Order: sequence, then structure tokens, then C-alpha cells
Amino acid sequence: MLNVIKRNEFEHMQLINRIIEQFPIVFPALNVGFLQTLKLFAITLVGALPLGLIISFGSMTKFKPISLLTKVVVWIVRGSPLMLQLMIIYYLPGLVGKNIWGGGESGRFIAAAIAFIMNYACYFSEIYRGGIQGVPVGQQEAGQVLGLTKTQVFFKVTLLQMVKRIVPPMSNEIITLVKDTSLARIIALQEIIWAGGAFMKSSHGIQGQIWPLFFTGVYYLAFCGILTLLFGYIEKKLSYFE
Amino acid sequence: MILEIKDLYKSFGRTDVLKGVNFSMEEGEVLSILGSSGSGKTTLLRCINFLERADKGQILLDGELLFDAAEEKTAKAKEIRKKQLNFGLVFQDFNLFPQYSVIENVMLAPKLLAKEEPDFKINKNQIYEEIRHNAEEILDRVGLSEKLDNYPCELSGGQKQRVSIARALALKPRILFFDEPTSALDPELTGEILKVIRSLAAQNITMVIVTHEIDFAYSVSDKIIFMSDGVVIESGTPDQVINNASNERTKMFLQKLSEK
Ligand SMILES: Nc1ncnc2c1ncn2[C@@H]1O[C@H](COP(=O)(O)OP(=O)(O)OP(=O)(O)O)[C@@H](O)[C@H]1O
Ligand SMILES: [Mg+2]
Repeated sequence: MLNVIKRNEFEHMQLINRIIEQFPIVFPALNVGFLQTLKLFAITLVGALPLGLIISFGSMTKFKPISLLTKVVVWIVRGSPLMLQLMIIYYLPGLVGKNIWGGGESGRFIAAAIAFIMNYACYFSEIYRGGIQGVPVGQQEAGQVLGLTKTQVFFKVTLLQMVKRIVPPMSNEIITLVKDTSLARIIALQEIIWAGGAFMKSSHGIQGQIWPLFFTGVYYLAFCGILTLLFGYIEKKLSYFE
Repeated sequence: MILEIKDLYKSFGRTDVLKGVNFSMEEGEVLSILGSSGSGKTTLLRCINFLERADKGQILLDGELLFDAAEEKTAKAKEIRKKQLNFGLVFQDFNLFPQYSVIENVMLAPKLLAKEEPDFKINKNQIYEEIRHNAEEILDRVGLSEKLDNYPCELSGGQKQRVSIARALALKPRILFFDEPTSALDPELTGEILKVIRSLAAQNITMVIVTHEIDFAYSVSDKIIFMSDGVVIESGTPDQVINNASNERTKMFLQKLSEK
């Protein structure tokens, strides 16, 4: 009995020593992966935030063919796994003709960015739609009878109310995005999970280690924590009205 | 004649709501519109205030054509806006702008309109000063001097409705329209709104009031019209309409109300 505990303690000590020893090698490698994660995260936001707004206008337009088309696209994109969309976008061109992505990391990144932007734009579009339609028509009408132009009504009356409605669901979706970037490893994009997982086989002269993969969780937690604080701040800033 | 409504028609799809509405009023008068639910009172106010486009008929202001349904539908937004400013509309459910304080709600439209003035750039500070002064003065008139910097969510229903009256007054409309200004309020709050409207009547502000408050309509109005099923079936002085109604439907409506 005592022996077993002793042995466990011994192994713990060994693991901790190993981590301390390997950390200087693992840490920079994970940072490189995390940079790729951040890049994918950032480009997805930059692309999907405006594209989502365009799609939401498309789904709300009175011109039936356009609204129907956008609704079908949104249905397909939201109705299938992002992982599958990544694989289709990355592998399909090669299957039906020419692999337009090349073999390198930059090609994988572009393919991943396209899949993520498409996917997230569709989710964002629904959030925008909810925000736009959630502002009562009475607001627009009140502006109109006060002689405001359509543009003034949008920028001076409805916009901020929309933003207020959008912030909570948007922050949820954006925090999900942080973690979803890890799906890109399915096409071997070298983001942080990929970088951490590489140590299980062999990477930077280290073999058979799983702790670097577990350690990537710290990055996600830290990043999501920062985002949570940021969105909490924005929500609070907008809480002065109802 | 400040306002004349001539043969106004409006339908939504297959529902005919207004079926030839006629009435007129003089400057400085208070006209109340009574009528059962669904008779088209709100639709009438919305047509006059350019929130809906009537299918047929005309609206005349000071004897001049302001709106003619026979004219092209594609009237320029800018022209409609200009015409709209002859009227003010107070909504049943206030529709205050929640992100602005009380005084900002009142100043928003005047400030935006001032930007279109040719001398705006040169006299900006002075113009804004005047707008603020005017807004404070109007809010004082409706008893809200204490609440200038509060937000709508911090106000009672009655206070909200007074802000919305002040907001409409700030643009100095020729005619102020009210669509059931007290029906979204608790009974004990209606009094403060009716008091404000009475004080406006005393200042000879031309008003059209859709209301279910018969006693109030009787005492404040110069003229009452009674609508039923999309037409005006009775019109005259309060005494004529309320005490000596000639139409059966008017009598029934008034009787039902008095039974409540
Ligand atoms: N946008 C619309 N589309 C379709 N029908 C409408 C629309 N607006 C009003 N109606 C219909 O027109 C009729 C008259 O409505 P309106 O709101 O003008 O009546 P009202 O006299 O103001 O009634 P209340 O006293 O209940 O406010 C109702 O039958 C209503 O359902
Ligand atoms: Mg109504």
C-alpha cells in the first residue's frame, strides 16, 4: 500500500520534472500554432462579420428569388458539420480536377479561411436578422413622423438598438469560433491543437508526450477569458437603456 | 379651414378599412375621433401622417392640396418628409428612443433638421443653444423639468407619454395628432396626460385626438366625429354627437360605454 503511493508520487515528480525540462521547447512551438489559430480566428471575423450582414439583408429582401436562395444557402451551411465543409472545400477541387490549394500551409490556410468565413457568415446573418427585426417598427415610424430621413433613422435610431440586441448572441458565437478553429486540423492546418498533438508522435526532438496537447487548453481558456471580459464590458456599456 | 380630408379610401389586401372618410377642421380647434375598435381610426391617422398611403382621396392643408392619391405613387421621399412636418403624431405606445435621454429625445429631430439650414455651419452653436432652450421650455410645460437627463426606461408610462408629446411639439407642427394617448396607461396615470392635452387646447394648439375617453372628449373638443366601419357617420359639436346622436350605431356605442 505504502509502496504504491510512493511509486505514484515518484511518477508525478518525474512528470513534473519532464514538463519543466521540455517546456522551453514546447512553449515556442505551441505559440507558433496559437498564432495560426489567432490568424484563422481574426480572418474569419473580418470576413464573416460584413458578409453575414449582406446575407441577412439577402434573406430579408422582398425579392423572392434572392431571399429563397440565401435561405437555402444558410440552411445547407448551418445544417452540415463545419468539419465536413472544411474537407469538401479542401479536397473536392483535387478530386474533380485540379488541386487549387497546393500542398503547403498557405493553401490550407486559405481553404480553412473560406470554409470558416462561409460558415460563420451564415450564423452571423441569423443573429443580425434577429437584431434588425427585433427593433420595433414603431421606432422607425416615430423617426419618420419626426421628419428623419431613412438614413438618419437607421444611424440615429435603430443601429444602436440593433447592436445592443446583437452583442449577447454574437459573443456566444465568437467564443465558439475560438474553439472551432481547432477543427481546421482535419485538413492539417498547423494551428495549436495540431502543434500540441505533434508531440505525441515526434516534434522538435520530443517523442510520445501528450502533456503539450493538454496544455493547449490553457491558451483557449485564457483567450476566451479575455473575450468574455471584453464582451461583458460592451454589454455593460450598453446597459444604460432598454 | 386648416385641414380637409376628402373621400379617403384605404384597404389592406382584401380588407377595406377606410371607405370614404370626410371631415374638416379649423385652425385652433380640437377635434376628437370616436368609434368602436376596428373602425379605422388608427389607419386614418396613419394615412394623414404619411405612414400609410391612401388608395383614393385627398388631404388639404390651408385649402391647398397636400396629398392626392391620384397623383404618382413615386413622390420623392424628400417632399413627403417636408409635408410630414406639418403634422405631429403621438403614438399609443410612445415609441420613445430608448438610447436617448428625455431631452435628447426632444432635441434629436430639431437638431437633424437644423443641419439642413443654409446658415447651420456658421451659427451651429447658437442654433443648438436655441434648440436646447426650446426643448427645456417644452419639457417644463409638460412638467418634466426634473427628468431632463433620465432615460425612458426610468420613467412611468405617463411621463413617457408626456415626453413623446414634448418631442412632437418641439417641431412646432401645425396640427398635433394623438392616437389613444392614454390607452396604454394605468387608469391613475391617464389624468396627467389629459391635463397636458387640456393645457395645449388652452394655448389654441390645433389637435386631433382619437380617444375612448368620452367625458374628456366631450369637455375638451370643439368638434367630435364618430367613425364606424371605415366612414364618419356622425359629426358635430360635442353636444350634438354625444347628447343628441342621430345614428343608431352611435347611440349604441355611447350606451355601451356608459354602461361600463
Ligand atoms: N397593416 C395592416 N394590414 C392589414 N390589416 C390592417 C392593417 N392595419 C389595420 N388593419 C385592419 O384594419 C382595421 C382597422 O384597424 P384600425 O387599427 O385602423 O382600427 P382602430 O379604429 O384604430 O381600432 P382600435 O380602436 O382597436 O385601435 C382592422 O380590422 C385591422 O385589422
Ligand atoms: Mg387604433
